[in-house]
Amino acid sequence: MTLELFSQYLLAGVTYGIIYAIVGIGFNIIYNTTGIINFAQGEFVMLGGMIAISMHQWLPLPLAIVAAVLLVMLIGALVEILFIRWLDRPSVLRMIIITIGISILVREAALHIWGEGVRSLPYFVGNEITTVRIMGARVSPQVLWVIGVCTVMVLALSLFFKYTLQGKKMQACAANRVAATLCGISTKNMVTLSFMLSAGIGALAGCVMSPITYSQYDIGTGLAIKGFTVAILGGLGSSMAAVAAGLLLGLIESFSVSVVPLAFQDAISISLLLAILFLRPHGLFGNKDAADLKEF
Amino acid sequence: MKRSVTATIIMLAASLALSVSMACAETIKIGAILAMTGPASFLGAPEARTLEMLAEELNAKGGIGGNKIELIIKDSGGNPEKAISFAKQLIEEEKVFAIIGPSTSGETLKIKQICEDGKTILLSCAAAEQIVNPVAKYVFKTPQKDSQVVQAIFETMKANKISKIAVLASNTGFGQAGKGQIEKQAPESGIQVLATEVYDSKATDLSAIVAKLAANKEIQAVINWSIEPAQAIVLKNARQAGWNVPIYQSHGFGNIKYVEAAGVAAEGVIFPAGRLLIADKLADKHPQKAVLVKYTKDYETKFKEEASTFGGHAYDAFKILCRGIEQAGANKEKVRDAIENMKGFVGTAGVFNFSPTDHNGLGQDSVTMLTVKGGNFVEYKK
Repeated sequence: MTLELFSQYLLAGVTYGIIYAIVGIGFNIIYNTTGIINFAQGEFVMLGGMIAISMHQWLPLPLAIVAAVLLVMLIGALVEILFIRWLDRPSVLRMIIITIGISILVREAALHIWGEGVRSLPYFVGNEITTVRIMGARVSPQVLWVIGVCTVMVLALSLFFKYTLQGKKMQACAANRVAATLCGISTKNMVTLSFMLSAGIGALAGCVMSPITYSQYDIGTGLAIKGFTVAILGGLGSSMAAVAAGLLLGLIESFSVSVVPLAFQDAISISLLLAILFLRPHGLFGNKDAADLKEF
Repeated sequence: MKRSVTATIIMLAASLALSVSMACAETIKIGAILAMTGPASFLGAPEARTLEMLAEELNAKGGIGGNKIELIIKDSGGNPEKAISFAKQLIEEEKVFAIIGPSTSGETLKIKQICEDGKTILLSCAAAEQIVNPVAKYVFKTPQKDSQVVQAIFETMKANKISKIAVLASNTGFGQAGKGQIEKQAPESGIQVLATEVYDSKATDLSAIVAKLAANKEIQAVINWSIEPAQAIVLKNARQAGWNVPIYQSHGFGNIKYVEAAGVAAEGVIFPAGRLLIADKLADKHPQKAVLVKYTKDYETKFKEEASTFGGHAYDAFKILCRGIEQAGANKEKVRDAIENMKGFVGTAGVFNFSPTDHNGLGQDSVTMLTVKGGNFVEYKK
């Protein structure tokens, strides 16, 4: 393999990987505060792209993206308030069915609003054939946007959880909900906040990736499966582990192309998910004892 | 008392007369199985809109010989399993007169035998040659066969002195049938296929595979065979990787939305198609000119989007069926015979001449090579 080809695969892998990581982090944020897997996570990504594209008709690109992210955060909050908040100690199974239901609902709504066609935001810099050279590989500048924006998001999130009061409150909920309530933290509000946060980061990822992958009403499902794989692979609940797992999955997928036919790409990630679920259900980086204490 | 009896008799007589007249003007149920959503929605959505438009137009004129048309459109989402259950439902429960669609080859091949067993006319809007070869008594199709399309591509390649190519195809019935035709015809045409790659129909990024192919410097051109947005993604990824070989697409590229999706990366792509996409640029004396201009104009004014060849396939299917019913009346067997013997029907894909051995009816001249210039489709000239 030449260096040029190697770096081409590497960059492709990092691009997919970081997108998976963001979706995986979205899963984790909600999992941490509620203990549930939100299967509508992929739909937030889809909505982000779609709303930004519609907004871009009237607003300049940066404003359209900001508006889309805020709107999707609002939708995330609404989803939580309408479907989750009023439930009293719901079972895991019930929550899973609810979130799958929400994802179908959102997808069908998107089909009616935007139709079945593919759309995309314009490239942030240059156009469809603009390229930059990195280590011998040629990539679209948009790839750098995706990697850059997602990295900043990951860093900002970890700072948020470490240093702000809100972030610490959310972490407290994740550690022990009863104890957090006793300390005067409104766990219900924290759950709403977690939905808003994961909707927001999903939407922003949906915007930056739109020029490369296109936005269509049904892209959410595929992303949710990959994001879920990544969240499980890293160990549910840990955002940084999701980043490592995401990059790993992305790189495996892109380098696999050189040895096995492209059609097996998805089979690889699904087999990986199954293998992890059987062999290390607590994830590559997770702690087995901690996982045993969790409900799900 | 006597009066009320008379009234009842009159009413009975009237209702009897009414039911008799209803029986005369029966509605003809036409089923359609189209991929209105999902990855093949670029095909199914314009097809469904076209059928709705045509049925509305026909019923406003009073239908065929006084018989109104009732259209029952089922959205298969491009899923063969759904197509099978819809086909059974339409034939057994709705007892439809004929079925238009499905949009994709994979679906059509799955329901070919079901329609044959159910003795229901099927007018497919999909490309694969296997749909009409071997000939099934009740199965017809309106788009050009993929064998003709591949032949047209190879002729253009030979004219451009290209002999070593790479093939990309999606893992759908359409992609696989096209790949099969390419591999079958390549040796006869003196073309060498150096690499073949199959990708998932929902693929969103193909840059890794493009990098792998671009590393092989012997490849002179690429043929991509799919109907999904991946067609546009291939173009972008190849040009971004600085890989400037000529890219040929299948006739699945015949929707201007793919050009819009690929932007400048679509410039110069070469693909075979019917003449619908260049309807306004055809010479006035061209036999298809009037049909094409009317259809594209009607479609574009009604739906505010550009017409595509796919909607045209549904147009041809519907019009062929209507002509069959006009000629033979509302009798399935007679209409089938009428379609099988129909000659010189001018449609959007070309001039159809059906025969008992040819249930497609289009000649090689129905395929023309197009390219993209300044974001528009134009005829390809070497």
